[in-house]
Amino acid sequence: MLKLDQINKTFNEATPDEKVALDQINLHLHPGDFVTVIGSNGAGKSTMMNMISGALTPDFGNIYLDGKDVTRLAEFKRSKMIGRVFQDPMAGTAPTMTIEENLAMAYSRNKRRSLHRGVDKKRKELFRTSLETLHLNLENRMSAKVGLLSGGERQALSLLMATFTQPSILLLDEHTAALDPSRAELITDLTKRLVEHERLTTLMVTHNMQQALDLGNRLIMMDKGQIILEVEEEEKQGLTIAKLMDEFQRIRGEQLTSDAALLSV
Amino acid sequence: MFSAVFGSVEQGIIYAIMALGVYLTFRVLDFPDLTVDGSFVTGAAVAATMIVFDYHPLVATLTAIVVGFFAGCITGLLHTKGKINPLLSGILMMIALYSINLRIMGLTTESSVGRPNIPLLNAETIFSKFQGFWSDLGIDGAINGFLSGLGIEHLPATWGTLFLMILVTILIKLIADWFLQTEVGLAIRATGDNKKMIRSFSANTDTLVILGLGISNALVAFSGSLIAQYGKFADNGMGIGMIIIGLASVIIGEAIFGTKTIFRTTLAVIFGAVIYRIVLGLSLRVKFLDSGDMKLITAIIVIAALIIPQILEKRREKARKARRQAERMEMKAAQGGHRIVETGSNQ
Repeated sequence: MLKLDQINKTFNEATPDEKVALDQINLHLHPGDFVTVIGSNGAGKSTMMNMISGALTPDFGNIYLDGKDVTRLAEFKRSKMIGRVFQDPMAGTAPTMTIEENLAMAYSRNKRRSLHRGVDKKRKELFRTSLETLHLNLENRMSAKVGLLSGGERQALSLLMATFTQPSILLLDEHTAALDPSRAELITDLTKRLVEHERLTTLMVTHNMQQALDLGNRLIMMDKGQIILEVEEEEKQGLTIAKLMDEFQRIRGEQLTSDAALLSV
Repeated sequence: MFSAVFGSVEQGIIYAIMALGVYLTFRVLDFPDLTVDGSFVTGAAVAATMIVFDYHPLVATLTAIVVGFFAGCITGLLHTKGKINPLLSGILMMIALYSINLRIMGLTTESSVGRPNIPLLNAETIFSKFQGFWSDLGIDGAINGFLSGLGIEHLPATWGTLFLMILVTILIKLIADWFLQTEVGLAIRATGDNKKMIRSFSANTDTLVILGLGISNALVAFSGSLIAQYGKFADNGMGIGMIIIGLASVIIGEAIFGTKTIFRTTLAVIFGAVIYRIVLGLSLRVKFLDSGDMKLITAIIVIAALIIPQILEKRREKARKARRQAERMEMKAAQGGHRIVETGSNQ
């Protein structure tokens, strides 16, 4: 489904600020995999997400999606196959446009945009039934501008929009991090439901260790641009935060210090 | 008085097409496009030059629209592919067009070098062609007869131009409304709203910016070609400050009529353009003002249109707060009074 083959990326190469962001990343997602990614700040999680989505291109290495080499494919072309939800609730929707217009844009993701009306009667019904699954009463506010929604509502809408056209892969980049705990839980539940229902192959970055353990069938831990730990299906079942911390110490020979607080939230 | 307002309305409706173009870039695409000062003249220059060469005015006007479209596309290319700042791309295209416009009008001279203006005094224009059809209808006589019955003097020679322009402008407005609701239109609006988001939904924002700028400048050039035919004159200086006039129309319209829906906003822009012309026309009737003061008046109108809504909003907010405060005080007084009575009975 998704394959990262020896991905390397260095920022500010040959300057004093040189930083190796990704160092020989290999990752293979099978159809239906739900992989959670944890790691401290600067571990390279977001860089990896941006590589997959096409916002950044690797210095070396190749990215395969659905068996196709997409390494040099432009971001907007690649996004036909990729659903994305960002950390910032403002980032995934167009605030001055209505809920139904936003959904219409998500709807035409994998089609050629034409001069067909974006929101017609038939689509409106489709949007309404999809919005009902969120249980946020958004189906009755379809002509409200998205800028009027709360952060949680916007993030739920982003999630719905990202999964609307069954993308080959769903990328979630700390999409609950900017929400308060109760809203975050709501979005986490929704994520679980949508991913299971649509059987989406998913890669989710999170700072929340508990969330990383609760969701998905696989887990990877990143540090300093490398994948240092991969936990597969059965193994993941019995995993706890304490075990993860121990594992990190064993591999790196050091405590999860300054970032530990962040990680164990 | 009546004839002055009438002239302003006629011109305002023609300039409204330009204002719709400015609305498309400034508001919808969130791209401050200064190409307008150049592409307005380009429209006028292309149409005037072709009319001098005896092309049908309709063909001349359509060509002007196409040339304006390409001018806008080049600004878009400079910004998206050349990674040049939006303001700078527009300014670069604007001054490039200054020379190009001289060259276009220069085609009418023997040596084919630059020419700063073309008079169209006895040439056929869209309006003169339409007049032939219109005067047979006898509507002018009917309206003027009715108005003179009301005691209004200095009636216009014809209502045809006004009717034609209202028809054309409303048609363009409706097409714009429809277009901004299509899939492509939605993507263009989202490009102005949240580029990152619409890119993640497989839209090529570069192409959309180029397309949007093209359409906008096509409208601006259309308006320029009509103004040249209306005033029977194309001049290389006629575009100076055009962007501010367009912006003034957009801001005035939005301030007065609101921006609830696209349908309403585009209508507001058209009214804004007309109101701007009327205000300008009336202010030029003041004795000590000269037509050279026009740009200064324009600047003052725009500043007023930008500041006055803010002041009004602040006042409204204050009034709202005061009202709420008063309500709260009243409620408190009612409760407090009750409590005093209670304590009194306890003692």
